[in-house]
Amino acid sequence: MLNLPILPILIILPLFGLVFILFSSEVDEFAKQAKKSALWTTASTFFLSLYLPFNFEKDIPHFQFVNSFNWFNSENIRFSLGVDGISMPFIILTTFLVLVCMIFIFPQSKKKMRMYLCSFLLLESFLIGTFSAIDLFSFYIFFESILIPMYLIIGFWGGERRIYSAYKFFLYTLLGSVLMLIAIIFLYQEFGTTSIPKLLDYTLPFYIQSWLWLAFFSSFAVKIPMWPFHTWLPDAHVEAPTEGSVILAGILLKLGGYGFIRFNLSILPDASIFFTPFVYFLSVVAVIYTSFIALVQEDMKKLIAYSSVAHMGFVTLGIFSANIQGLHGAIIQMISHGVISAALFFSIGSIYNRFQTKEIVFFGGLAFKMPKFSVFFLIFSLSAIGFPGTSGFVGEFLTLLSAYSKNTLVAVLSSTGVILAAAYMLLLYKNVFLGEISNNLERKIDDLKISETFTFVMLSIVIFVIGIKPNIILDYTTSSLDRIIKLYPISIY
Amino acid sequence: MFLFAIFLPLISFFICVFFNNYTKSSHLNLISCFLLFLSTIASLFSIISFQSNGPNTYVLGNWIVSGSLNVDWSIQMNLLSSSMVLMVNFVSTLIHIYSVGYMNNDSRKIIFMGYLGLFTFFMLFLVSSSNLVQLFLGWEGVGLTSYLLIGFWNYKASANNAALKAFVVNRVGDFGLLIALFTLFIVFGTLNVNEIMILLNSHFDSNFSFLGFDIHAITIITILLFIGCMGKSAQFGLHVWLPDAMEGPTPVSALIHAATMVTAGVFLLILVSPLLEASGLTRNLILIIGSLTCIFASSVAIFQNDIKRIIAYSTCSQLGYMFMSIGVSAYSIAYFHLLSHAFFKALLFLGAGSVIHSMSDEQNIKKMGGLYSKIPVTYICMLIGSCSLIGLPFFSGYYSKDLILEFIYLGETTFNSYVFFIGILGVFFTTIYSTRLIIHVFHGKNLSDEKVFAHIHESSAIMIVPLVILAVFAIFYGMISHHYFLDKNYLNMWSQIIFVNKELNENYVLENIPTLFRKLPLLVISLGLAMCFCLYFAFRKFPSYLKSRFSIFCSFFTNKWFIDEIYKVLLIKPILYLGKGFWKSIDIDLIDNLGPNGITRVVRSSGLWVSKLQSGYLYHYVLSVVIGLTLFLSLYIYIF
Repeated sequence: MLNLPILPILIILPLFGLVFILFSSEVDEFAKQAKKSALWTTASTFFLSLYLPFNFEKDIPHFQFVNSFNWFNSENIRFSLGVDGISMPFIILTTFLVLVCMIFIFPQSKKKMRMYLCSFLLLESFLIGTFSAIDLFSFYIFFESILIPMYLIIGFWGGERRIYSAYKFFLYTLLGSVLMLIAIIFLYQEFGTTSIPKLLDYTLPFYIQSWLWLAFFSSFAVKIPMWPFHTWLPDAHVEAPTEGSVILAGILLKLGGYGFIRFNLSILPDASIFFTPFVYFLSVVAVIYTSFIALVQEDMKKLIAYSSVAHMGFVTLGIFSANIQGLHGAIIQMISHGVISAALFFSIGSIYNRFQTKEIVFFGGLAFKMPKFSVFFLIFSLSAIGFPGTSGFVGEFLTLLSAYSKNTLVAVLSSTGVILAAAYMLLLYKNVFLGEISNNLERKIDDLKISETFTFVMLSIVIFVIGIKPNIILDYTTSSLDRIIKLYPISIY
Repeated sequence: MFLFAIFLPLISFFICVFFNNYTKSSHLNLISCFLLFLSTIASLFSIISFQSNGPNTYVLGNWIVSGSLNVDWSIQMNLLSSSMVLMVNFVSTLIHIYSVGYMNNDSRKIIFMGYLGLFTFFMLFLVSSSNLVQLFLGWEGVGLTSYLLIGFWNYKASANNAALKAFVVNRVGDFGLLIALFTLFIVFGTLNVNEIMILLNSHFDSNFSFLGFDIHAITIITILLFIGCMGKSAQFGLHVWLPDAMEGPTPVSALIHAATMVTAGVFLLILVSPLLEASGLTRNLILIIGSLTCIFASSVAIFQNDIKRIIAYSTCSQLGYMFMSIGVSAYSIAYFHLLSHAFFKALLFLGAGSVIHSMSDEQNIKKMGGLYSKIPVTYICMLIGSCSLIGLPFFSGYYSKDLILEFIYLGETTFNSYVFFIGILGVFFTTIYSTRLIIHVFHGKNLSDEKVFAHIHESSAIMIVPLVILAVFAIFYGMISHHYFLDKNYLNMWSQIIFVNKELNENYVLENIPTLFRKLPLLVISLGLAMCFCLYFAFRKFPSYLKSRFSIFCSFFTNKWFIDEIYKVLLIKPILYLGKGFWKSIDIDLIDNLGPNGITRVVRSSGLWVSKLQSGYLYHYVLSVVIGLTLFLSLYIYIF
């Protein structure tokens, strides 16, 4: 095996593209040059990231491709990178979704296009860093840095209430992160190291675990988001530009779930068991409550945003059930939601580009004007509903199954989300695409452009492939997850 | 061979969808019909080869492997699945051919053919899957395609609403099925049907803690499965989607009702019959719900005026019979009725489609009449279908329905006699609504517009041929095949797959039922026929007199027992109200106001308050210095 420092390369590559764009000519009105270089950068990042699954040893539960750099002249805090089965799928998801964003944006124009592209490249670099960091300190730095480009994307290229939303997003996430920082400092004080693999071997007394657990939880619960920390999400989504929403829903939310698995479950297992009923409660509330809200939404993006909260409820259910089906389900659900919500936000983006509105009442009978598009939207809605054969089903099935083995009431209650999801997604589909053609649409409307078709086809293929053969992802994760489960004390619930 | 039988309809779907714009529609019609025909032939061959080779399972790969959960993609061939596949393929082929004629003027007819193919595929996949997760895929798949087909004319608001309703109500059932799968997995550790049957004996008495109650595991599993079947098979409570589903084009109704979707529930219960045998409670529940559905649907059918709705409710009540039969453990008989019902109900729906077609899309039977001379072939076919439905001797329905009633009579539960009489009453109602339909549509004076009337014509040959074939089956199927479900040798064969009570064979039935009870259905049918003839020919005024006299009573039935309205008030409105409330009151008013907005408000107001101190006026500062100095001085003096 060629010993390539693949992770540092993946992190630096988007930055190269960024520098290149910054120095490209400003005269170009449509920023064609910049878009091209962004596309090439993300494409090469994506293909390079495929190096990971092809050279990954599935049977080794530990971190692989480890690169460690000296940072503070201290042996205890290092800048270390590495991936295991849990983080690897997320890195691929990141590189894939950013690439798809770049394809989608290619024919469009926006104000300050070059800066827009730069923020995405920056975001990609930080996201890969977050997922591949195996040192608490570097994790924290990447985790927080993500806020900067995201804040800019919402606050600068967003809709009317963008400032409010950006602030809300920032405030919520920062509040959680500050507590996490305290927890990290505490861990360093206690053990003299911030290396995650080393921390896995230590056990902490229960009362310390529970405080640390709450600190980590507050940060990730805001990110994922769980009820009642979710109110930033609908606002952020509604105001964010299409690609911003895609990255936000597709990857940023997954940081929460990833953090839960990586920190709360692995490092603080006793506290996780103690707080499981609490998490279950919040998850069930999230699933039912947000599904109810999604039923009465008037804005398409808000509807999808609320449905995201419900879908993430399944993820937390799966994670804290802490058996192999639950964790498998949570990871598949996160990846699949990443793809599906991205697809749905792209679709709404396509609609918005044509009509400059996302109000549901504005539409009706769009299927007659854009027949191809309506087919894709139906596919995406069905996978959001969790139709078997699409990726959404596998995640929901496994997470609910694992929750059911722990607590039947929780699983039964959250299974009602399956019914409600069908109701709100198909209601949306009916109101927008079916029925008589609304007066607002009485003009010539182009069906999908090439870039849009390409995007949607790619996403649909991923949805079906994961739905029919989820084990192409699950097999990578099994051994790492097994290690966590082995360390996890047997729960009472 | 068997795989061909299952996957050819899927290929037909892909061809129709992808080549829609590139190939002539007549070619595509031909291709899809031909593929379906091929798959019928293939299923016929596979059932023949089955007799020599025995059951077989084709594993296509694995689907979900997670810990001890191992779900395969696999196709199972046994007597039950291969016979079901043959029936589905056969009826579906006829419906494909019929649709070519029926949808001739629709601009999206090829898409329609594609949907039909997809529907068939999902149904075949459902009946031939060897594990329950894959069955769930087929289960949801038929739900989805029925959604697409019901809402096929998607410019009509009513069609869209009906499609949405069908999907969501089905989802309620699916929810039960999903929970049943979870419980099965927890209890048995597998979701493979064959493995569950093997493990069944060791779990006969095991308990399962469900929602905090310690319940007999198999009882809770079967009840949950039954909830799933109630949704799909439109049993009382979850039947609401079915009459509305009539918004779709007619071949859809035939597919959904006769051969495929609604019988999926019955099929699933037959498949898990050994489980049901372990739980008397569930069987009683099935018996009660089945009889309730039967009486409800047949009573409502009498008061409907839409030709398709009448047949839809009749389907509902026939499904009730099947469930009743399952409730008394006569699974093979339920399956028999399922098959014979498929033929005559498909016949009735296609016949109704032919009527509607000839009447220029009129569906109200009150606006028809006297059509028998205009469309004689359709008339004869409908008549045969109705006779079979009523259960006149020697038609298909006679064999299967009478057997069901006899088995109910022989059943061992405490309320058998009630259920038996409900069944008999159902027969009576069936007779009335069928006769009413035939008389209103084909006899009497024509009540339609002159324009429509002048236009009435027999449908084209492509629509008539399937009708005639189905009519032949509706007459002879029961006669030919009833011994497959009763004869001792065949019962042995069945018992390898499903539960069969071998005592209940032909002789036993003959010996143990008094002649009066065996002839009771026939008696009731003649009574019903006589009553209808009296009402519609001898005393024409009488029905309207009755209607005006008992208007409250009537409106109870015409409004379908007000079930839709009850759901609206009790479920839909509160949910929407709660959704609005959660959103506006809790999310925006409570969480946002106390959370981010609240914090920013506090920070801002305290900032403003503090900034007031920095007024910039010298005398303010001097004053505060003086006050501070005084305070410190007095503090100093006070302490020391």
